[in-house]
Amino acid sequence: MQRRTFLTVAAWFVGTTSLTRASAIHNHIPWAPHPNSPPEVVRPGPWQFFALDEARAMEAIVDRIIPPDPDTPGGKIAGCAVFIDRQLKGPYGSNQGLYTLEPHTKGTKEQGPQSVLTPAELYRKSLAALDKHCKSTQGGKSFAELDAAAQDDLLRKIESGEVKFDGVDAQGFFSALLKDVPEGFFADPIHGGNIDMVGWKMIGFPGIRYDYRDWVNRHNERYPHPPVSIAGRAEWTPAKS
Amino acid sequence: MARKLPRKDVVIIGLGWTGSIMAYELADAGLDVIAIERGPWRNTATDYPPGYAADELRYRIRHELFLSPSQTTFTFRNKMSEAALPIRSWGAFMPPNGVGGGGVHWNAETWRFLPSDFMLKTHLTERYGASFLPEDMTIQDWGVTYDELEPHYDRFEYLCGTSGQAGNIKGTIMDGGNPFEGPRSRAYPNPPQDQPFGHTLFGKAARDLGYKPFPQPSGNMSRPYQNPLGVRLGPCTYCGFCEWFGCGNYSKASPQTTILPALVRKPNFTARDNSEVTRINVDGSGKRTTGVTFVDASGDEWEQPADLVVLSAYTIFNVQLLLLSGIGKAYDPAANTGVIGRNFTHQTISDVVSFFDPAKFVFNPFIASGAIGMCIDEFNGDNFDHGPHGFVGGGYMGHVQTNGRPIETTPVPPGTPLWGAAWKKAVKENYQSAIKPGTGVHGSMYSYRDVYVDLDPTYKDRFNRPLARITMDFHDNEIKQNKFLTDKFAEIFQAMGAKQVHKEYRKGPYDITKYQTTHLCGGAIMGTDPNTSALNRYLQSWDVPNLFVMGASAFPQNAGYNPTGTVAALAYWAADAILSKYLKNPGQLINA
Repeated sequence: MQRRTFLTVAAWFVGTTSLTRASAIHNHIPWAPHPNSPPEVVRPGPWQFFALDEARAMEAIVDRIIPPDPDTPGGKIAGCAVFIDRQLKGPYGSNQGLYTLEPHTKGTKEQGPQSVLTPAELYRKSLAALDKHCKSTQGGKSFAELDAAAQDDLLRKIESGEVKFDGVDAQGFFSALLKDVPEGFFADPIHGGNIDMVGWKMIGFPGIRYDYRDWVNRHNERYPHPPVSIAGRAEWTPAKS
Repeated sequence: MARKLPRKDVVIIGLGWTGSIMAYELADAGLDVIAIERGPWRNTATDYPPGYAADELRYRIRHELFLSPSQTTFTFRNKMSEAALPIRSWGAFMPPNGVGGGGVHWNAETWRFLPSDFMLKTHLTERYGASFLPEDMTIQDWGVTYDELEPHYDRFEYLCGTSGQAGNIKGTIMDGGNPFEGPRSRAYPNPPQDQPFGHTLFGKAARDLGYKPFPQPSGNMSRPYQNPLGVRLGPCTYCGFCEWFGCGNYSKASPQTTILPALVRKPNFTARDNSEVTRINVDGSGKRTTGVTFVDASGDEWEQPADLVVLSAYTIFNVQLLLLSGIGKAYDPAANTGVIGRNFTHQTISDVVSFFDPAKFVFNPFIASGAIGMCIDEFNGDNFDHGPHGFVGGGYMGHVQTNGRPIETTPVPPGTPLWGAAWKKAVKENYQSAIKPGTGVHGSMYSYRDVYVDLDPTYKDRFNRPLARITMDFHDNEIKQNKFLTDKFAEIFQAMGAKQVHKEYRKGPYDITKYQTTHLCGGAIMGTDPNTSALNRYLQSWDVPNLFVMGASAFPQNAGYNPTGTVAALAYWAADAILSKYLKNPGQLINA
């Protein structure tokens, strides 16, 4: 093995957790009093990835992908834009953990995505292109300033390929939205979306209750208990005075 | 320059199911054993406790327990004429990482293969004639029989505490079990799991259609269990976060919950984690391995000398390491010579999604386990006459839906818009009353001359080693098989009273982005002839007799079942051969 390879390998491990330190295990099971990899919990607060105008567009988009209705809030209130903001700032946004070595060659559909573009770059470029498109075709209005019908119409044209963006794949952006927005609506609320478990309440998913032995044999009876998140339920935490 | 460590009797590459089984068996016999594992040590209480194990985004969507492609990946192409490209994010299968391997995040579906599966070429040729098989199909007999493996299947099931209903005990067909299974020496160690509403309805409809449905054999515990090594498992709670996740309840059979606590206490066993074996070393004769070279997490290189090497990584990593180490002749599909990389297979999976009246059906899909479900085996292997159908192979099929996790499992009827108010309404209406079995039709994939593994000429891993290259496509035989099975499967959902049944046939070309199963098989296959197999019937390398290669890489072709039961039975079978034959007279066990 060459020294250069060594340095590359060593660099790969820098910045990773104790889970990647080599050890010899002998005579006992390794044990530590704390979890090896506790979850990262998204805190409310300023946007971490989106600029303000990008965030406004995103909140409008997620509210059309999952619109509000009388029973359940839409994507905006559910926190889908916040979820995507934190995801793009995190490992997902930068393709961390994926195979990113050269050469990047376009292949067949069956060979899977080969793009060098990270999700963070895809959103940044697409939101800029969307803004440019809206302002030049909608009398200077941004996407967020359009009414719901005009927003839906434009999204449908992006989905079908009728509207294209300069320098970035508009349909690829829309595909990313169709994946990321529902994830924000249905992922555990610790990730910043699905606020107050609205997505779970809508369908009747009880979350991470982890024990249904009392219900497995109660056939065709609706499970009666409200959902629980990794962080519990709001009712369990007294409001701060 | 690699630093040399003290010699060991045995070095084991990869501490998953087969590595753990081999390590326990060989250490128990008094040998000094070291296991070297690429990923981290993993433990229930510290790595996936119930407090946060059930995180769909983190584990199912972002794949946190799996190997990351930045560590290493494969390249893929459908045809030999194409340029292969790297798999940049996982799709069709999910390579494991870390101690416990795939045993940490499997479903725990614990099947045996049919007796005829092990003599496939002979059996099919005798029944249908050689000309019934496609010309480029390269299926083979395994060199081992079901009867020889039976005691080893039994050991694994009792290690795991498998929950199930026997269908055939010593030739007596048992009511409620799988009547097609090979004779077993005794019942499962635990009764079947309870079945939720939808799974029960499927069983009833299948029975009404004249089939013999049975509960899927499950490594999720139906009750508390203490295994023969003294390790205890708790009852499964049907949490619905099983496969893709670690079990926080000690309820899913895994190396962690069945072997490792007993193994680690043995003074003659050591594990090294976060250390990747980069080469199996061979002496000047080319006929003997002297141990392995590995790189630890600091980038330091070590040599671990050993008298015996057990290669027990994931299927395709076994093949890659043999190729990189120059052990055995690489397969050349054009010349049809060589063995390492040949008879590579995956699976032929399809699904049927059905929609029921929300006013009448409440399925609570989130109440499930990884190996829950009711299955039928009428259309597996050669359990039915293939003569009129023009294909060979088959699979079990069943309502084996494992979850109602809402990112993954919010089915909507075909034709529903992909977003907006109509999508949202359909998600809400159908969540409780749709059935999406997952791997509902679990079909075989047989081997072909142009489906294989070799080393990629372009793409490299982080050690600058060539990636393994997969060349794979579906062949007509499997497409026909899937059409036939999927149609039969859909009939059962019709009989259950579904108002809409949507068949998702598996069609070519093989798509590396569409998840099927992680059951990659072959590439270093067992057999009776060194010209067409890498290993003899004891999983011993024909070329390097002090090397044994575990895992599904030994399967000459894939059957219509989940492979882990057979993978583990083969490991016990090989361990038995090492202890009872090889150690007394180290050398080639079979004179071919």
